[in-house]
Amino acid sequence: MTELVATTPGLYPLPDWAKGELSDLKGHQKGDLITGDEGPEIVDVYDRARAEVVDAQVGAGLDRVVEGQPRWDDVLAHPLTIHENVETGGIVRYYDNNNFYRDPQVQGELTPSGDVAAELAAVDVDADALQAVLPGPYSLADLATDDHYGDEADFLDAVADFLAGEVEAFPGHETLFLLEPSLVESPPGDDTNERASDAIDRVAAATDADVVVHTYWGAVPEKTYAYLMDADVEAIGFDFVTETEDALYNINEYGTKDQVALGLVDGQNTLVESPETIRDRVEWVDERTHTDFERAYVTSNTELYYLPVNKFEEKLQALGDAAALAEVDA
Amino acid sequence: MSEHNREQFRPDDHPNDHFLLTSIVGSYPKPKWLNRVSDLADDPDSKFTEEHLHEAHDDACRVIVDEHERTGLDTVSDGEMRRNEMVEFFADRIDGYEFNGPVKVWGHNYFDKPSVVDDVAYGESWLVDEFEFTNAAASKPVKVPITGPYTLASWSFNEAYDDDADLSYALADLVNEEVEALVEAGARYIQIDEPALATTPDDHAIVGECLDRIVAGIPDEVRIGLHVCYGDYSRIYPELLEYPIDEFDVELCNGDYEQIDVFTDPEFTTDLALGVVDVHTTDVESVEEIKANIREGFKIVPPERLTVSPDCGVKLLPREVARQKIENMVTATREIEAELDAGEIDLGPEVSAD
Repeated sequence: MTELVATTPGLYPLPDWAKGELSDLKGHQKGDLITGDEGPEIVDVYDRARAEVVDAQVGAGLDRVVEGQPRWDDVLAHPLTIHENVETGGIVRYYDNNNFYRDPQVQGELTPSGDVAAELAAVDVDADALQAVLPGPYSLADLATDDHYGDEADFLDAVADFLAGEVEAFPGHETLFLLEPSLVESPPGDDTNERASDAIDRVAAATDADVVVHTYWGAVPEKTYAYLMDADVEAIGFDFVTETEDALYNINEYGTKDQVALGLVDGQNTLVESPETIRDRVEWVDERTHTDFERAYVTSNTELYYLPVNKFEEKLQALGDAAALAEVDA
Repeated sequence: MSEHNREQFRPDDHPNDHFLLTSIVGSYPKPKWLNRVSDLADDPDSKFTEEHLHEAHDDACRVIVDEHERTGLDTVSDGEMRRNEMVEFFADRIDGYEFNGPVKVWGHNYFDKPSVVDDVAYGESWLVDEFEFTNAAASKPVKVPITGPYTLASWSFNEAYDDDADLSYALADLVNEEVEALVEAGARYIQIDEPALATTPDDHAIVGECLDRIVAGIPDEVRIGLHVCYGDYSRIYPELLEYPIDEFDVELCNGDYEQIDVFTDPEFTTDLALGVVDVHTTDVESVEEIKANIREGFKIVPPERLTVSPDCGVKLLPREVARQKIENMVTATREIEAELDAGEIDLGPEVSAD
C-alpha cells in the first residue's frame, strides 16, 4: 500500500500584509532586493511571514512543512544572489514566466554561507515534519553566470559542493526537495547528463533525509532521465499538470525509485482542485504505472508564489485533505 | 489600404510635402496630483469621492491632450490617465473575470493578476467614454491603444477555457466589438498592444487569428496598428507580415537598432512605426540623435510608410523628461521631412521615396 505524503515544493507567496510592509521597508528597485544582511525591522517581517505560512501548512494538515522561502526575492537563484562572492547583474526572465530575478554573477569561490540553514532553524516544527527546499545543482548553475570557475563542468561541480555545504549545516529534517526545472527547460547535452546526475548525488549525500529531485514544466528528456535514475536519491518528482505522456513513458520505460513525487495540483492556476480530484489523479497515475510505490509525495507541480494568497491557502488545504481522504478510503 | 488611411492624419497646416506621421504608443506619466487624489478616493475616511476622482480624470485628460498638442504631435491621446494597469483595466470591465489579489512579478513589484472563471462576455463599454471625452478635448486625431486579446489571456489565470488560444479567440471577438463601438464613435486610429507575444513568440499564429477576428467588419479607413516590444523580433518575422494590420510598431531604440536587419529580408510590406526615443532612460535624446534614429527606419520602409513614435509607453519617465523627448521627436521628424523635401537625404537604392 502506497503511503501518501501531502507536501509542496515551497516558494510561497508572501502574505499580503508582508508584501506591503516589505515594499515600504525595502523599496521596488533591483538594488532594494534581499542582501542576506537585512536589518532587524525586515527580519521581523520575515519572521512573522514565516510563522504564518508554517501555521497555514500545519492547519491544512500537510505531512511535511516547508519554510516557505519568503526571503527568496530571486526565486531559485536565491542561494547565490545573497552570497558574498556573487554580484547581482540585470533583471532576467525566470524561465518562461512573467517573473524576473537578478542574474547571479559568480565572481569568487562558492563557500558555504549558512543562509538557508538559518531559515530552516527558524521553522517551529519537529524535525520529522520539516522539509528543506533547495534548487538542484543543475538548475542553480543554469540560472547563474560564471565569471570565476571558467569551465562549465567545474562550475557545476562547484555549485554542487556549495549546495552540499549548505545542506550539511541544516538542522534535522525529514525530507529534502531539490527543485530541478532546468532539467526540463534547458536539459543537459549528451556530455553533461552524467555530470548533472553526479552533481545531484553530491548534494544528496550531504543529508540522511529522504531526497526528492523534483522536475517540472514538462518531462525530462528520456536520456537525461535514464542518467537521473543513477543518482542515489529516494524519489524523482514528476509534473503531471503540464504533461502526462512523457512522464509516464519515463517511469514505465526506465523505472523509477521506490518513492515518487506526483505534481498533481497546478501551482500556476487559481482553479482549486478538490481533494477528490487530487485523489483521482493519484489513482490515475497508479493505474498507468507498473511500480508499486512505497510512498508518494502528493504536491503541486511548481512553486506556489505565482498564486494570490487566498488560492494558495485553498490549494494547501486541498492537498492536506486529499491525503487524508485517500487514507480513509484505503 | 494603409496609404490612404495614413493621409487622413496629415494636419491641414503641415509645413512639408513629406509627411512622417508622429504618434505616441500610449501611456504618459500621470500628474502627481492625480496619483494623490486616486489614493484619497480609495481612503474611506476621506471626503474625496468617486465623483471627484472622475472630475480629476477629466482634468488630467485635458491637461495631457494639451501637452501632446503643444509638442506638435500629429496624433494624440489622453496618456491613459483613467487606466491603472494594462490588463487589470480591461479585466475589470469584462464579464467572466475576477480578482483574487496581487501576485509577484519581481522583487516587491506585484500585479493584480485576474482569473477568468467563466465565459468572457462584453458587458459595459471599455473605452468609448474615454475616447469621446479625449476626442472632444483634442483638436488633433486621437489614437486609441487597446491591450490585445493574446496578452489579456496570457497575463490572466485561465480557469474556464481549455487552453489560452481558445481564451484569446473569445477575447478577440470582444475586442472586435469594442473596436466597432470606437469606430462608431469616430475613432480612426487603433493600436493593439501585444507585449505577451514577445515572451512567447512561438504563438504568433494565435495572435494572427486574433487579429483576423479583431478587424472583421472594420472599414479600411480605420488605421490598425500592432505594438510588440522587448523581444526577439526575428522569432515573429516574417510571419507578422501576414497580419491584417496597417502598421507594426516596434521598440528598437532601446537596443540601439541592433535588430533593424531582421525586417529587411524578406521585404517589409506593411507600414513601420519606429521607436526613436528610449523610454527606460531619463537622458533626453537630442534632435540630432533622434534624426539619426529616424533614418534607421529608411533602411526598412520609404518615408511615406514610416511612423515615428517612442519605443513604448512613457509612463515610467518623469513627466518633464517625457515631454521633452516627445517634443524633440516631433522637431526631428519635421526637420527630416524638410530635408527629404530638399532632396538632402539619400534613401539608397532599395528604398525610394517615389
